[in-house]
Amino acid sequence: MTVRSIVVEGLGRRFGDFVAVRDVSFHVEKGEIFGYLGANGAGKSTTIRMLSGLLEPTSGRALVAGHDIAKAPDKVKASIGYMSQKFSLYLDLTVRENLEFFGGIYGSWGRALSRRVDETLESIDMRSLAETSTAALPGGLRQRLALGSALFHKPPIVFLDEPTAGVDPASRREFWKLIRGISSAGTTVFVTTHYMDEAEYCARIGLMVAGKLVALDTPAALKSEWVPGRILRFEGEGLVRALSEIRRTHGVVEAQSFGNGVHVRFDPGHTTDQSVLAAVAALPAVKVRLTEPVEATLEDVFLAAADRKAEDAVRGGAS
Amino acid sequence: MSSILATTLGRDFGKAPSVNRAVGEISLEIPRGELFGLIGPDGAGKTTLLRMMAGLLPPTRGSVRVEGIDPFGKEADHARDVIGLVPQEHSLYGDLSVGENLDFFADLYGLTGDDLRTRRDRLLSITRLGPFQARRASQLSGGMYKKLAVACALLHQPEVLLLDEPTNGVDPPSRRELWELLYEFVEGGMTVVVTTPYMDEATRCHRVALMDRGEFIALAPPQQLIDSLDAAVLEVALASVPEAREKATAVVEASPLVVASSPLGASLRVVVERGNEPAVAAELAGLGTLVPAAASFEDLFLTAIARRERDAKSSTARKEAA
Ligand SMILES: Nc1ncnc2c1ncn2[C@@H]1O[C@H](COP(=O)(O)OP(=O)(O)OP(=O)(O)O)[C@@H](O)[C@H]1O
Ligand SMILES: [Mg+2]
Repeated sequence: MTVRSIVVEGLGRRFGDFVAVRDVSFHVEKGEIFGYLGANGAGKSTTIRMLSGLLEPTSGRALVAGHDIAKAPDKVKASIGYMSQKFSLYLDLTVRENLEFFGGIYGSWGRALSRRVDETLESIDMRSLAETSTAALPGGLRQRLALGSALFHKPPIVFLDEPTAGVDPASRREFWKLIRGISSAGTTVFVTTHYMDEAEYCARIGLMVAGKLVALDTPAALKSEWVPGRILRFEGEGLVRALSEIRRTHGVVEAQSFGNGVHVRFDPGHTTDQSVLAAVAALPAVKVRLTEPVEATLEDVFLAAADRKAEDAVRGGAS
Repeated sequence: MSSILATTLGRDFGKAPSVNRAVGEISLEIPRGELFGLIGPDGAGKTTLLRMMAGLLPPTRGSVRVEGIDPFGKEADHARDVIGLVPQEHSLYGDLSVGENLDFFADLYGLTGDDLRTRRDRLLSITRLGPFQARRASQLSGGMYKKLAVACALLHQPEVLLLDEPTNGVDPPSRRELWELLYEFVEGGMTVVVTTPYMDEATRCHRVALMDRGEFIALAPPQQLIDSLDAAVLEVALASVPEAREKATAVVEASPLVVASSPLGASLRVVVERGNEPAVAAELAGLGTLVPAAASFEDLFLTAIARRERDAKSSTARKEAA
C-alpha cells in the first residue's frame, strides 16, 4: 500500500491581482523523491511555502503529513523540514553551534540535544568539521549543513528549495547521495532544481508553467510525451550558426544548441539518421566532427513544455 | 594588446600562522574579445581572482593590468569605466520596482538615448521580466531577482565584463539566451571572464582555466581539455532488472576503482583509470554492461578534482607515516 505524504487539491495563491499559483493538484507518496521544475517565477517556492505552513493559500487545500496547511500550520511546521532558497545559517557560529541552535528551536536540550547533534553531523558526513566556523565553509558544505538543520528533528517530509544552486558538480553529486539516502530511509523529499541532470534522480516530476502544473510524470514518461522522435547530437564547426537551416531540413522537428554541440530531433517516420546527417554535413560552413544518437534529456522536456508560448497561453488563457 | 594581463597574481587572507592562500600565483593573458571561463570547485579562489581583476581587492603579490591599466594605480578611476563586474551576491534596491532599478543603474552609468532603450528592451525580453516591470524587486522570485541584477549590470557596455556565477538559479531557457547575449558581446570586441558551476556553460567558453585551491591546474580550449582526459569514460548500459539504476549507482559510488560518476539521462556514466575497466565491469555484473562513451567536460572536471583529492590524501598519509 502506498501512503500519501502530501495531498494537494486545487491549491492556489494570489498576490493582489497576480496569480502566482493556480489550481494545482497532485500527491506525493511516502519516501518518494518528488521534483518540482519550472521557469523562474513559475510558482515553485510559493507552493513550497504554502505546503510548509509558512504562507496561507488563497484557494484550495492541502494535507501535509496528515495536517491541513490552512487549519493547522503549526502542526505542519513541526512535521516538515524546510531548506529555503535563501537558507540561513549563522556564519559566526561553528557547525555544531548552528545545529544546537536549530535543536533549541525544536525544544531539544541537554544530553538528547548533543546526541542528536552528533547523529546529524554523522548523517551529513561533517563530523570532522564540527568545530569549524560556518563562515569558513565553502558553499557546498554550507548547503549540507543547511540540510542537516532541516533534518534535525527527524521530520517525515523535507522541502528543499534549490538546495544545490551554485554548487559545483562534485559537491552536487555528494549532496544527492545524501538525498537518495534519506529517501530510501523513508523520508519524503520534495525538491526544486534548475539542474536538469539532478531531476533524473526524482521518481516523479511536476512541471510548472506560470503558476500552473502542466505535466506530472516519471522522467521517462515526460520525455516520451514531450520530446518524441529521435535525437542526433552533432559536434563540429559552424553548427550553432546553421541552426535555422538545420531546422528547415526535411523531417527535423527541432534543433537546439546543447553545450558545445547541437541536438537535432527528427521524426523517424519521415527521415533517417543517414539523411539528416548528410543534410547537415552538406550545409555551407559546417564541419561535422562527431555525430551520435542521444537520449532526450529533461532539459529537452523543459524547453519543449515551458517555453514562452506555453507561458503566454497560461497567462493569457486563465486570467 | 592583451585585455587582461596577470603576473604572479596572488592573495592571502588571515595572518600567520593561519594564512589562507586564496589565490596562489597566477599568470594569465586574455586577449581582447575572448570569452574566458574560470571553472573550479567551491573555494577554489575564483571570486577572489575576479575581485582583484576588478580592482576591488588589492593583491598580496604580483600585478594585474586591465586594458593596460593598473586598477590599483593612479588610473584606478578610469579602470572603473572600463571594467564591469557582476558580483555573485547582488544588492538591488528591494523597494524599487524592476523598471526603477534598471533606470537607477542607467543613470549611474550615465546612459541615455536609443541605445539604452534598445538594450533595456532586449534585456527585459531575455530575462522575461517585461510583464513585471512594476513589481518591487523584493517580491520577485529568486531567479527573477538574479536575472534583474545581471540585466542591470549589462545595461552599460564595458570593455571588460567580469561575471561571477551569473546564472545560479536561472532557468534553462534564460541561461541559453544569456549566453547568446554574451556571444554577441564578445563578437563586438568585449572581453568576458565568467565563473560558473554549470559544466555545459564551461564548454561554451573560448578557453577555460580549471582552478583548484588557488592555482590553475589546466588552461586550454574546453574541447582540448576534454580530449586530453587520459581515462576511460563508459556508459553503464543498464540491464532490465528492477531498480537497476539505483543498484548500479550504489555499486559505482562505493567502488574505489571508479574515479567519477554522473547521471546520463536515465542511465549513468563512469570514469575509470585505464586498465580497470574489466574489474569495474565485474562489480556491475547483472546490473549492466559498460560501453565506451564520449567524454564530457563534467567527466573531465570530476576526474581532475577526484585525482587531486586522492593525491592530497596520499601525500598527507605519507607525511603522517614519516
Ligand atoms: N509577496 C509577493 N508579492 C507579489 N508577488 C509575489 C510575492 N511573492 C512571490 N510573488 C510572485 O509570484 C511568482 C512566483 O514566485 P516563486 O518565488 O514561487 O517562483 P519560483 O518558481 O520559485 O521561481 P525561481 O525559479 O526563480 O525560484 C513570481 O512572479 C513572484 O514575483
Ligand atoms: Mg524559487
